[in-house]
Amino acid sequence: MRITRPFAALAAMATAGAVLAGCSSDAGNQAEDAADDGAAAVATDASFEAGTTMADLNEAGAITIGTKYDQPGFGLLNPTTKAPEGFDVEMGKLIAGKLGIPEDKITWTETVSANRESFIQNGQVDLVIATYTINDKRKEVVDFAGPYYEAGQDIMVAKGNPLGIEGPDDLAGKNVCSVEGSTPAENIRTNYPEATLTLFDVYSKCADALTNGQVDAVTTDNVILTGLVAGNKEGFELVGNPFTEEPYGIGLAKGDQPFRDFVNDTLEESFDDGSWADAWDATAGAISGQEAPEPPTIDRY
Amino acid sequence: MVQFFIDNFPLLRDAFLKTLELSVLAGLLALVLGTLLAAFRVSPILPLRGLATFYVETFRNTPLTVVFFFIIFGLPQIDFAVGFFTGAVLAVGLYTAAFVCEAVRSGINAVPPGQAEAARALGLTFGQSLREVVLPQAFRTVIPPLGNVLIAMVKNTSIAAGFAVTELTASLQRLSNANGGEILLVLLAVVAGYMLITLPAAYVVSRVERRVAILR
Amino acid sequence: MSAPVLFDLPGPKARARIRIATVIGSLLVLAVIAFVLVRLGRNGQLDPQRWSVLFDPNSGVPQALWEALLRTLRVAAVGMVFATLLGLLLAVGRLSDHRPVRIAVTAVIEFFRAIPLLVVIFALYFVLPGLGIRLSAYAALTGGLVLYNMAVLAEIFRAGILSVDRGQSEAAYGIGLRKSQVMRLVLLPQAVRRMLPVLVAQLVVLLKDSSLGFIIGYFELLRQARSLVEFFTPRFGNQYTFQLYVAAGLIYIIVNVLLSQLAKYIEHRSRRSPKAAATHAVVLPDTPSVTGQTSI
Repeated sequence: MRITRPFAALAAMATAGAVLAGCSSDAGNQAEDAADDGAAAVATDASFEAGTTMADLNEAGAITIGTKYDQPGFGLLNPTTKAPEGFDVEMGKLIAGKLGIPEDKITWTETVSANRESFIQNGQVDLVIATYTINDKRKEVVDFAGPYYEAGQDIMVAKGNPLGIEGPDDLAGKNVCSVEGSTPAENIRTNYPEATLTLFDVYSKCADALTNGQVDAVTTDNVILTGLVAGNKEGFELVGNPFTEEPYGIGLAKGDQPFRDFVNDTLEESFDDGSWADAWDATAGAISGQEAPEPPTIDRY
Repeated sequence: MVQFFIDNFPLLRDAFLKTLELSVLAGLLALVLGTLLAAFRVSPILPLRGLATFYVETFRNTPLTVVFFFIIFGLPQIDFAVGFFTGAVLAVGLYTAAFVCEAVRSGINAVPPGQAEAARALGLTFGQSLREVVLPQAFRTVIPPLGNVLIAMVKNTSIAAGFAVTELTASLQRLSNANGGEILLVLLAVVAGYMLITLPAAYVVSRVERRVAILR
Repeated sequence: MSAPVLFDLPGPKARARIRIATVIGSLLVLAVIAFVLVRLGRNGQLDPQRWSVLFDPNSGVPQALWEALLRTLRVAAVGMVFATLLGLLLAVGRLSDHRPVRIAVTAVIEFFRAIPLLVVIFALYFVLPGLGIRLSAYAALTGGLVLYNMAVLAEIFRAGILSVDRGQSEAAYGIGLRKSQVMRLVLLPQAVRRMLPVLVAQLVVLLKDSSLGFIIGYFELLRQARSLVEFFTPRFGNQYTFQLYVAAGLIYIIVNVLLSQLAKYIEHRSRRSPKAAATHAVVLPDTPSVTGQTSI
C-alpha cells in the first residue's frame, strides 16, 4: 500500500499530462513556426601564416567560444537545439566562418560574469563573446577585439512609470534590482548610494520581482533590459536614458596581437558588408524590434 | 592583504551578522513549528497526523532552492508578497521545521513506552502526558540530532544569497567579482565566517551529547 | 499501526470529540487548498495553456526536463558512489589506532561539515582555476557533493561500525584475525547492512543538493527550468515561470519519495534477513544523532 501510493500519484499526473498534451501551448506553436536562419559563410579556402592562432584553429577545424546562456538577444540557450542563440553567437559564427570553421564545429561553453577572465587565461576557451564590457581593469589580464556593440546602463520600470523615474538620480530612496557582483550594481552602489539595492543572481528574478511589485526598478545594460521588456510589453517599459558607456568587446588571450588584429579585421569587414546588421536583425533586433544601429568604431589600442 | 580586509571589513561584518540573524530567526521558527508538527504526528486526530506527514514529506523531498522560489515568487501569485529577508527566514525556517519534526519524533519514540503508560495511568490527558512527561525527556535525547539539524540549517542559509539577502555567500560572490586576484582571500574570509558559527555550535552539541550519554 | 502509547483507546465521548476535530481539521485543510486555488486562478496561473507547455513536445520542454533529470541523477549517482567509498575510508581512518591519522581525518571531516556546500562548489569552480587546477562544471559539482557528503557519511559509518556488537570484533580477534581483517570481514559488512536505509536517505539529500549546480551553470533540473524560463521570457514574458518551477519541484519530490520508499523497503527486508541478526538487537548508541545528521 505504502509503495503503491506514489505510483498512484504518478498515474494521476500522467493522466493529467495526457489530457493537457491534447491542448497545445503558445510556446510549442511558436517553436513550430520558427524557421532557421541562414548560416554564416564559411571561408573554405582560408589560409594563414603558420604558427599563428588562426592557422592552429584553421588546422584543427574547431574552435571553443565562451558566451552567456541567459541573455535574451545576445546569448540564450535554446532548449530544443541545445545551442545558444543571439547576437554574440552570430559574431562567433562570423569569426569562425572566416577561419574556415563551420557552425557545427564550434564548441559553445557557458561563461558567466565571474569566470570570463579565468577561462581566457587558462585557455579553456579561444574567444569570449559574452556581453563583455571592455575596461582597463580587465585589459590587465586579457585583450579585447572590438567593440562590436555599444551598450549603456539603463533602467526598466513598471509600465506607465508610476514613480516617474527618468534617470539614475531618481533612484534615491527607491528599491532597485540588479545582479550580485555585476558592474551595473557596483555602479549604483558607488555613484548613487541613496538607492536601495536588491541583488539576485539572475536578471529573470529581477523581472519577476518587478512584476510582483517587490522592487521599483531594474537596472543593467540596456540590451539586457530590452530583452526583458520584449517579453512583457504590457508590464514593463525602458526609461531609455542610458547613463554609462559599455562597449562590448571580444575577449582573447593577452598578447596575441595577430589574432586580435584578425578578429578586428573580421568585425570591420562585417560592418561594411552588412553581415553585422543582418546578424543584429536576426537576433537582438528581432526581439526588440529596433533597427540595427550604426556600427561602433573598432578600438585598436 | 591587510588592506583588503580593512577595505572590506564592513561588508564582511554585515554579511556575517546577516547570516547570524537569519540563522537565529529561522532556527526559532523551525524549533517551534517542528515541535508542533511532531506533536501532530503522534496525535490521535487523523487529519492532523496526515497534514504533518504531508508537510514533512513535501519539505524533506524538495530542494531548499525550490522552497525559496515558491516563498519569494510563488506567494505573490496568491497575493501574499513578503519582504526578501522575511521570505528567507520563512523558507529556511519552514524547510528546517520538517527536519526538526523528524528529530523530535524519533526522540518521542525513544522515550520508553512505560513513561507514557504511567502518565496515562495517572490520568493525564494526551496533551498533558506529551507536555509534562514525554517531550521533556524526548528533548534531552534529541539535543544532539537537533543540534546537527540546526548546524546544517546555518549552512543552508547560504542559498538566500540567490534571493536578495546579502549574507556571507552573497558577499563571496560580490567580492570575488570585484577582486579577481584576491579570490582566495575572499573565500577564506567567508569560510572563517561560517566556521565562527558552526564550529562552536558543533562543540556544544558534542559536549551535550557526551553528558546526555552519561545520564543514560 | 501498533496500539498507541500516548493516548488511551478513545471512549465514546472522546471518539465524538475526535470526529468533530477531524471534520473541522479536514474543512480547514480544504479551505486552505481552495483559497490557494482561487487566488492562483484569479492570477491566471491555472490557465490550461500555461500548463500544457510542460507536456507539449513541440515546445521542447518535456525533453529538456527529462534530459536535465538524467543529468541530475547522473551527478547524484556518481557523487554517491565516490562519497560512499571515501566516507568509508574516512570512517575507518577516524577509528584508527594511530593518533596522527585520527587527527588528520577528523580535521578533514570537521572542515567539510562546517562550511556550506554552496561555498565548496563555488571554490572548486572559481578558485581552483586560479591555482592551476581546472574543473568542468560537472566535475566541480560532483566534486563538491563528494567532499561534503563523504564527511557526513563518514560520521554515519563510524556510528554504524560502533553499533556492531562488541562480541563480534572480540570473537574475530579471538580466532586470530588481524585488525584490517576484522574491519573488512566482520565489522564493515554488518555496519553497511545496518546503514543501508540511512545511505539511501543520504542519497535523497545528495540529489536535492545537486540543485546547487545552478551557481556554476551546470544544467541540472533546476538550472534547466530556469534556463527554459529565460528562453521563454523575451517572447512570452513570465507566462510559464510558475509552471516550470512547479514542474521541477514536483519531479524532485516524486524521485525523492520513490527513493525514500526504496529505503523503507530495504530496511524492511534487511530486518527480516537472518544475516542481519548480529546487529538486529543492538541499539545504536546514538541512533537519533545518526538520523539527525543525515537528514539535511
